[in-house]
Amino acid sequence: MSAAFFYALAGAGLFSIGLHALLAHRHLLRKILAINVMGSGVFLVLAAMATRNGIAIPDPVPHAMIITGIVVAVAATALALVLMLKLTAETGQAVLPGRKKEDNP
Amino acid sequence: METLIAGAIDVALALAVVGLAWGALASADLFKAIVLFVAFGLVMALVWVRLNAPDVALAEAAIGAGVTGALLLAAYAKLRAASPDANVARAGGMRGIGSISIRILILLLAAALGCAVWTLPSDYAGLGKEVAANIDRSGVSNPVTAVLLNFRGYDTLLEVMVLLLALMGTWSVGATAPQRETAPGPVLDSLSRLLAPLLILVAAYLLWVGAHAPGGAFQAGAVLAAAGVMLLLSGWRLPAALAALPLRLALAAGPATFLLLAVITVLLEGRLLQLPPLWAGRLILIIETTATISIGATLIALFLGAPPGKEDRQ
Amino acid sequence: MTASDYLCAALLIIGGLFFMAGTFGLLRFPDVFTRLHALTKADNVGLGLTVAGLALQAESWAVAGKLLLIWLLVLLAGASVSHLIAQGALQRGMRPWKR
Repeated sequence: MSAAFFYALAGAGLFSIGLHALLAHRHLLRKILAINVMGSGVFLVLAAMATRNGIAIPDPVPHAMIITGIVVAVAATALALVLMLKLTAETGQAVLPGRKKEDNP
Repeated sequence: METLIAGAIDVALALAVVGLAWGALASADLFKAIVLFVAFGLVMALVWVRLNAPDVALAEAAIGAGVTGALLLAAYAKLRAASPDANVARAGGMRGIGSISIRILILLLAAALGCAVWTLPSDYAGLGKEVAANIDRSGVSNPVTAVLLNFRGYDTLLEVMVLLLALMGTWSVGATAPQRETAPGPVLDSLSRLLAPLLILVAAYLLWVGAHAPGGAFQAGAVLAAAGVMLLLSGWRLPAALAALPLRLALAAGPATFLLLAVITVLLEGRLLQLPPLWAGRLILIIETTATISIGATLIALFLGAPPGKEDRQ
Repeated sequence: MTASDYLCAALLIIGGLFFMAGTFGLLRFPDVFTRLHALTKADNVGLGLTVAGLALQAESWAVAGKLLLIWLLVLLAGASVSHLIAQGALQRGMRPWKR
């Protein structure tokens, strides 16, 4: 049981923490942080699986996929932040308009 | 004894990563959450080093912690300017019974994911041997660069397109509140003058060394973006003459070159992005150079947010 | 382990102690200015000792030179950024802590 499995468990934990925060918070910036944490958890599981059997040469294909994922995550975060700022400029606060009556003042 | 210490370091790093993520997502102050998230990114870079992935560590430190942190802080500043009560709505997305059942479901999901990763077979060899067998025909000797730009070049082509697409989306949403141009103090001014040429040199070094050591186009592009962000923060703006066509040429150079190479390989070899082994090294260098310029310019433009020339309009 | 290995280990451990001192200062000092002082002073020395220890194990002079460059850049960036943070704190009206 190499150390890589502990990192894979940490990755699964990061994904779950991020998912809970995504559902629990109403503020859009916190949702964006939560999605980034979920992405990091997935990358951690990928990289841990690349070195799990302790071979000297790690598998480079998951590493390339993780680099691709990091760049795509930053592009998506930038676009999401701009959309959040536009929503704040339109409605005055950075939350999604609710569907239920109790959310609308 | 050595493996015991290494195991202790690994357990400490894994706990630190999870603890920082928990702190970032559960803290009441939004600014504290962003700062803890940047710290989380930096500790993740250490985790990548422990997992034998130095290319990923460079990319995470530069892009995941650096550029994402700058974007988040800039968005936080604009949010504070737009609505002064930006710290409101800390929690409250789920109410009452819904909250408890969602938490139980997520605990079950976490347990299921944990079992799934724990019971994965550990004798799977992976693709390391195939990559090592074909590395001589790929034109570079760094396996991650070979996979990124030769064996799985199609993914990287789409990735540079995605970056450009995010910028087009940002520009089309329209200009948000512009950042105030304050005159920089002497310290920031001289720091940016000193560091900008050095950062460009470091980016060129990372680009060149990516062929045989950890490095590459994305890490170099992120370092260029860091130089640009620092210049933007000290008040520099692109002169209007350069902001129309040359900026767009710089942004499109990477994706256009890559797309051109894809079309040429389809026409000549019949397969998408099948690089001939004789030319592969030079082609990869050309692609990486234009991609570095484009990635740097795109990340800088994403940080600025507003299309050039429209910064002064609301 | 040779003598240079022992020296490298000693330098790394002392550097780690300086980092711990800086972290204690960050956690225990009362306001922004004293915390900046603790961080920049202790962490610069700590990083210098760590870099010196690692440079002993470097394969070539080029690698040792790159490590030294990292330390110089961190010194430069740390000093400038702590000045900017302190200036920003003063502009927002925070005054240094008095007993």
